[in-house]
Amino acid sequence: MTKKKKVQWFWMWVIGSVTLRLILVYFPRNLNLSSRPEVSTPLTSLRRLAEGYWLKRSSMSPYAGSMYHGSPLLLALLGPLTVTRIEGQPDQLLCSLVFVIADVISATLIRAAGRSLQAAYSSSLKVLGLHQLSETSEVLPSGDFAALVYLWNPFTIIACVGLSTSAIENLVVVLSLYGACKRLASLAAFGWVLATHLSFYPSILIIPVILLLGYGPDAPPRKLFQRRIKLEVGNSSSIGSDHLKEELKDQSSMLKVFAWRLVVHFLIWILLWSSYVLVLCGIYLQKHGGLQELYRRTYGFILTIPDLSPNIGVLWYFFAEVFDFFRSFFLMVFHGNILLMIMPLALRLNHRPCFLAFVYIMISSLLKSYPSVGDSALYLGLLGLFSYELKDIRFSFLLFAGYVGVSLLSPVMHNLWIWRGTGNANFYYATAIAYALFQVALVIECVNCMLNHDRMVTKLTTTKLKDAKS
Amino acid sequence: MALLSRKGTLFLLFLFSIFLLSASASNGSGEEEEEFWEELLLKPLPDRKVLSHFHFQNEAPLSDSFARHHHLFPKSIAQLVKKFHIKAMELSFTQGRWNYERWGGFDPISSHNAKPPGVELWAVFDVPPHQVDASWKDLTHALSGLFCASINFLESSTTYSAPKWTFQSALGSLRYGTLPREAVCTENLTPWLKLLPCRDKAGLSALMDRPSIYKSFYHSQRLHLTQAKTGADPKNSRVVLEQTLTVVLQPNILTGGTNYVSEAKMQPSWSLSSIFGRKINGRCVLAKSSNVYLQVERGLVTQLENLQSSTATFAANGTNLDDFGRNVGFELSVNPDRVLKEVEKSSSILYEYPIKVHKDSEQFDLGITWKHPVIWSTPHVPLYASRFLMGSGNERGAIAICMKSTESTQELVAANYVDQRCNFQVNVLQIVPWYIKVYYHTLQLFVDEKPQILTDFVERMHVSPSEDKVSPGLMELVLKLPCEVKSAVLNIEFDKGFLHIDEYPPDANQGFDIPSAIISFPDFNAGLQFSDNSLSKTPMLSKLQERSPVISYTEVLLVPLTTPDFSMPYNVITITCTVFALYFGSLLNALRRRVGEEERRLNDKGGKKDALLNRVLGKLSSKFRGRSSVSSQPSSSSSSSLISPKLILRVLLVAGIAVAWQYYS
Repeated sequence: MTKKKKVQWFWMWVIGSVTLRLILVYFPRNLNLSSRPEVSTPLTSLRRLAEGYWLKRSSMSPYAGSMYHGSPLLLALLGPLTVTRIEGQPDQLLCSLVFVIADVISATLIRAAGRSLQAAYSSSLKVLGLHQLSETSEVLPSGDFAALVYLWNPFTIIACVGLSTSAIENLVVVLSLYGACKRLASLAAFGWVLATHLSFYPSILIIPVILLLGYGPDAPPRKLFQRRIKLEVGNSSSIGSDHLKEELKDQSSMLKVFAWRLVVHFLIWILLWSSYVLVLCGIYLQKHGGLQELYRRTYGFILTIPDLSPNIGVLWYFFAEVFDFFRSFFLMVFHGNILLMIMPLALRLNHRPCFLAFVYIMISSLLKSYPSVGDSALYLGLLGLFSYELKDIRFSFLLFAGYVGVSLLSPVMHNLWIWRGTGNANFYYATAIAYALFQVALVIECVNCMLNHDRMVTKLTTTKLKDAKS
Repeated sequence: MALLSRKGTLFLLFLFSIFLLSASASNGSGEEEEEFWEELLLKPLPDRKVLSHFHFQNEAPLSDSFARHHHLFPKSIAQLVKKFHIKAMELSFTQGRWNYERWGGFDPISSHNAKPPGVELWAVFDVPPHQVDASWKDLTHALSGLFCASINFLESSTTYSAPKWTFQSALGSLRYGTLPREAVCTENLTPWLKLLPCRDKAGLSALMDRPSIYKSFYHSQRLHLTQAKTGADPKNSRVVLEQTLTVVLQPNILTGGTNYVSEAKMQPSWSLSSIFGRKINGRCVLAKSSNVYLQVERGLVTQLENLQSSTATFAANGTNLDDFGRNVGFELSVNPDRVLKEVEKSSSILYEYPIKVHKDSEQFDLGITWKHPVIWSTPHVPLYASRFLMGSGNERGAIAICMKSTESTQELVAANYVDQRCNFQVNVLQIVPWYIKVYYHTLQLFVDEKPQILTDFVERMHVSPSEDKVSPGLMELVLKLPCEVKSAVLNIEFDKGFLHIDEYPPDANQGFDIPSAIISFPDFNAGLQFSDNSLSKTPMLSKLQERSPVISYTEVLLVPLTTPDFSMPYNVITITCTVFALYFGSLLNALRRRVGEEERRLNDKGGKKDALLNRVLGKLSSKFRGRSSVSSQPSSSSSSSLISPKLILRVLLVAGIAVAWQYYS
């Protein structure tokens, strides 16, 4: 009965968020959100997509003229919707509806993934014998919480109403994570291939997805299970019950084993899906330079950062100011910054692949070349999934206040600089720097908190084991 | 040996003589065929100004000796033609804006010689398509040197483009570029004059008094190069170099005896000496013909005829406008040799004055004295085009090209009233630099202030979108507008780009120029038809009679772009790098920290390590103290307590390495 009530309550909130979006969509000219630099970067702007579609329709390459830099598949999906107008309705109503639906689907996927994560985590705590912890971990349904955080996050709402294609990029990333949580290799591969195709940076998610498929969802460090099992095997051998012994051995073998078959399936599916996507793109761009043009105009555009229009990141100003002969050096440094952190994080957090994915997403949205609020919306939503583990996070009020402050100040500074001409570029750059700092603080605090949580679990189990031994 | 050498010298002499002979022969033929004309057209304008249009034409056959030896044709230009295989070229330097409303837009002079401010260059090359860009680049550099102008800025691919339909020469491989901000001055005029056989020493060009030209409201010096084919044989074709200078001047009012009130309404009377401060001393002897024309426009002729019929006394006398300027309106100081009249009724009149060979006693000074105030208007462009920017702020905006109908279109409607569907064609060429990022899908057309579907009016459209830092955006439209159209507005949105600090010009806050759009009307013929075609045609007359489309240019737009802080590069680099270093360092620190182990290690090793270090340091310091006491320097012993011995050791080590390095390398 209570569960049913809870479910109803969740859907009420979902419907509420959808109505809020629709109300905002019906405001004249989308409240000018679609032209905000926070929402529409050169990669996510729907206006650029419409231009690409127009070029394609007038038998030119959609990438002619440095306007569109997204995927041809997105062009085929959203392009026709940008030109269909319904009488008496807002101009881009159909596109807005697509983005609203994408948001709702992402939220439900986050919820489902969160539920399975939570169930798996509490059961693994039970295996360790930490029954009290496992009970407290189930108090807050973190899946529902994360889904609602994702739906009601102002960043998500702004990105959705502002017609940014990041809603769809987020959807495929979430889809990949969901597939991996549910151990569906094909779905995970589909999500990963599309996410990589659409926005390139999610390609580093291949490591957490493989770990998720191989080891299963997040759990306390594997060392603890081994110790626990050793101890129990020892105990049971002294007791002499064969049946229990067998069970425990099964458990231990289960824990040790890395599901190679699933991972191989995943890799095969990746090959299949990526070749499928590339063939589709190749057909679409057959007369306009083919795949080489696609790589040059999408990945090349992401990696070389030729567009210096302001966004919430810091790289646009950096590359507008940096001396030309240092440009390639700094390009390497900034992209290397993402790559350098991949290995240490994977080594340290390999028992928590979902959290690892969250940290990767956060790092890439911090260091990516054209960040938008849509990226922040995704990681803030996923943050809800770890609400139990991260409940002791430090500086939470400071971080919250920082996010609110920056998101209020940044449009003001932009207005002062661009529209009024009374401020200058440094004002806006300062808010971007502050935003980057808050993101850095958040990612470090999250990692710290998670490691502390692990330490706490380790401490509890070791004391328990010691008690059991003695 | 000697025999051989003598034979050799003989042979050389023989060769040399042959060469001389052939050269002289070719020179003889070239002398006959190279021709030069000079002409000057004067025209009173309705707003009390005077248009003076100099026209110099130079022709040379494209023979074997072309670009090697010339008598009249400028060799530098001939070499350009030969080296870059130029089929046609036009270069214009302009200052000021042609006022289409007051000075007219429906006559050959305004459609050929009204040019956008700054430098405009187009060229057609006779080379394979892949070499066109290279030829263009070389040509811009050569012209830049020839005319002392920064035409070499047109070399960059962001500044030129290849329009398809706007220029009538559909020969392919055309390149077009403009520099709207180029300042035009006498340093550009002097090299231009040097191309003339008489320079500015004799003939009509002697009139060009620099101060009076450069204080004019509009001046445009133009150099037009074409190849005229006379027969099927390519050897027969001639290279035609046309140099024109168009100046709109405000004449100094010659005070007559008339009263003050009528003088205010009256057109100012002027003469050559009053507008240029000089008189014509004689023709350039190298010129085949040297003529001065005075054109009386259609509107003025009609007004004068009206005036004549209303004042009965003059009508009784039967004076005619053809009667060598003895009419109601004005009086000419010199009687023309010939009067050319357009075939149509109430059409413009040309008075022709051939210039004689120089005589000291007699200087040619044409003057016009107005007797009656006359108000008339010049023939207008079919659609008067103006262009403006919309929107505020430095993020985005829109360009609007507004075309309003004038009386010419109404005439067209009247003429074609029988036809049910009367349409006329308008070609629009709009080139924007890459930092104006135009969204071509937002192109809107308003006809008579109602939004229209583009496909109803746009017959053809050619868009080559701009590519960042590579090429400008180009849009060509062929519109078919109904004759009864009142106004047509084209509207297109754009985003403003953000540049790297090095890409801003020194005066970044002044803004950036969008070159003029070109609006042409191929259905309208700007040419004039004179009655006596049989008479000897001079180049300018044939140019005036040539069937050519009406072309007009819109204004140059000034777009302000946002600027970054130019003094910040070091700050931005350091601050950004600090943030990223903070991220990297503290994340790595969080990952590698092991709380329990660290504490243990600190407890276990802390004491031991400290003791070891202390012992080593103690030994070293004691050694040093010992040595310093031996060296008997009290100052060093005091400093040794201040500076730790470890530091001294390090310094010594580094110094040693440095010495070793110095020694061995």
